[in-house]
Amino acid sequence: MKILVAISKVPDSTSKISFKDNNTQFDEAGIQFIVNPYDEWYALVRALELKENLGGAVTTITVGEANADPVIRKALAIGADDAVRIDAEPVDALFTANQIASFARDKGYDLIMFGKETINYNGSQVGAMAAGLLDLPYVSNASSLEVSGSSARLERDIQGGSQVIDVDLPAVISASKGMAEQRIPNMKGIMSARKKKLEVVAPIEAPRHTEVLSYSLPEAKSEVKLIDPDNPTELIELLHKEAKVI
Amino acid sequence: MNVLVFADCQDGKILKSGIEAVSYASRVVEQFGGTLVTATYGTEDSSELEKLGEVGAETLFVSKTNQGTPWSLTEYLSALVRERNIELVVLSNDFTGKAILGLLGSKLDAGAVNNAVDFPKNENGFTVKSQMFSGKAFGEVRITSSIKIIALLPNAVGTVSNPKSLSIKYFEGDFNSRIKIVEEKKLETGGTVPLPEAELVVSGGRGLKGPENWGIVEDLASTLGATTACSRPVSDLDWRPHHEHVGQTGLAIRPNLYIAIGISGAIQHLAGVNGSKTIVVVNNDPEAPFFKAADYGVVADAFEFIPKFTEALKAHKANNA
Ligand SMILES: Cc1cc2nc3c(=O)[nH]c(=O)nc-3n(C[C@H](O)[C@H](O)[C@H](O)COP(=O)(O)OP(=O)(O)OC[C@H]3O[C@@H](n4cnc5c(N)ncnc54)[C@H](O)[C@@H]3O)c2cc1C
Repeated sequence: MKILVAISKVPDSTSKISFKDNNTQFDEAGIQFIVNPYDEWYALVRALELKENLGGAVTTITVGEANADPVIRKALAIGADDAVRIDAEPVDALFTANQIASFARDKGYDLIMFGKETINYNGSQVGAMAAGLLDLPYVSNASSLEVSGSSARLERDIQGGSQVIDVDLPAVISASKGMAEQRIPNMKGIMSARKKKLEVVAPIEAPRHTEVLSYSLPEAKSEVKLIDPDNPTELIELLHKEAKVI
Repeated sequence: MNVLVFADCQDGKILKSGIEAVSYASRVVEQFGGTLVTATYGTEDSSELEKLGEVGAETLFVSKTNQGTPWSLTEYLSALVRERNIELVVLSNDFTGKAILGLLGSKLDAGAVNNAVDFPKNENGFTVKSQMFSGKAFGEVRITSSIKIIALLPNAVGTVSNPKSLSIKYFEGDFNSRIKIVEEKKLETGGTVPLPEAELVVSGGRGLKGPENWGIVEDLASTLGATTACSRPVSDLDWRPHHEHVGQTGLAIRPNLYIAIGISGAIQHLAGVNGSKTIVVVNNDPEAPFFKAADYGVVADAFEFIPKFTEALKAHKANNA
């Protein structure tokens, strides 16, 4: 099995999000960056399990600048064999997908795995776009993945349920909760990660079709109205007459 | 601007999120001019298809044979885009929308914005407001490609009545799925609306102590006609199924009413629910952070308050029936 896992760098989930330069830039001051949880907990860990059972190698790929290297090392510490970084800011989904597709083409990966979305832009686009550019089968939101021979069986989440899917490899997969369990890197993993290969590749020319012009925060809630627990009818009246939701 | 909108269909029923997408698209066409083309698949039932006519669909394509997989839908919609000179494709940001958004973007060389929460503007180029950072922020995103795609967050703009006379065209031709569907499984939601589409949600956290205590949550939900949800530890502990997990690493939802019971209100939980229009928090700790994000708060033991609240609701429903 040759598996490519896309890894992206996102703000830690406890981050308070704020913006600078007149709300045109995400303010990175004081932000801790982590591997996107869907990439790490599900896609990467499942890829490692498949490698452990079937042999092969797991390579990670990241479109990002040098400041992404610490999260890439984290993925290596968890167990990936080597890593590739395409040296460009991942500003637009199609631009990012083009970088990954161009690297992956002709390298003979059996599986190309993504998390179902990132927790910063929540795009859920890059994996599908890479599948489109590579003209490969695509399974979205997969919560399980088993490989036998040259095909895979997956379960994918759909509205109100799920589908069991068979697909011939190579294929592109986006991973959701359930596919694997988070792994905490151990000391040996962290030490060996330093020596693993992290190849930096120049980006290709590719179109950028979207740009964020400005950011905003949700409107602050007004002060909470506290209700007397002995008077549930008051809450019902408020929900009915004031909030008009029931 | 010629607009193509896709309404997803499952088990022969047009999804609510699809009807909302059609309503949105018909309002975009009113604003920008052009023609609206609507596409669906998987049903020939005219009472289902009429639901789309009620909200502004006129020309409606129905693919009879489509399997509804990411690739087969992408190729179906791409064919319509070419045939009809489409400049904007509107999808719902539901499971199917998320699965095809990127494939379609790469096929059409189109810029895509998902999690859209408002109508597009044409002041600074073509821009759309999109929810980002798992609900912690929004971005105004400009799309510069000639073909554009918007995926609308369910419950973001609602549906308005705009009845039109439907002209139904059955779309011939098959598209390759590239995957084989072996089996379909239904979630056991007791017939309630699936979480992403639900307008009323009752959610339980670790404060409920164990799965055996979910009766009070379920009673309240069924009295309201609400869908149940939970915090992440609750699904991690297998007290509740994974599909109920809301928050930054679960589903992001924006119902009209979100009732949180025994949930502390951690930032990752809030990220997935703070788009809710009204939030009620029931927690026995007056310092619980969730109260800061709530519209209405009840400082109480859930095991005492929720049954009383449910009884009072039943009385209210009986009086207002
Ligand atoms: C990377 C990352 C991602 C995460 N993603 C998510 C996510 O998507 N969704 C999510 O929910 N969490 C997420 N978390 C976890 C999050 O940080 C919290 O740990 C979690 O939300 C807490 O769940 P809880 O509120 O149910 O439990 P607790 O924090 O244990 O809170 C229980 C609450 O119940 C109250 N309580 C206790 N007894 C009673 C009673 N008898 N009556 C009324 N109230 C009572 C307590 O006062 C307390 O406030 C994530 C964490 C990380 C690190």
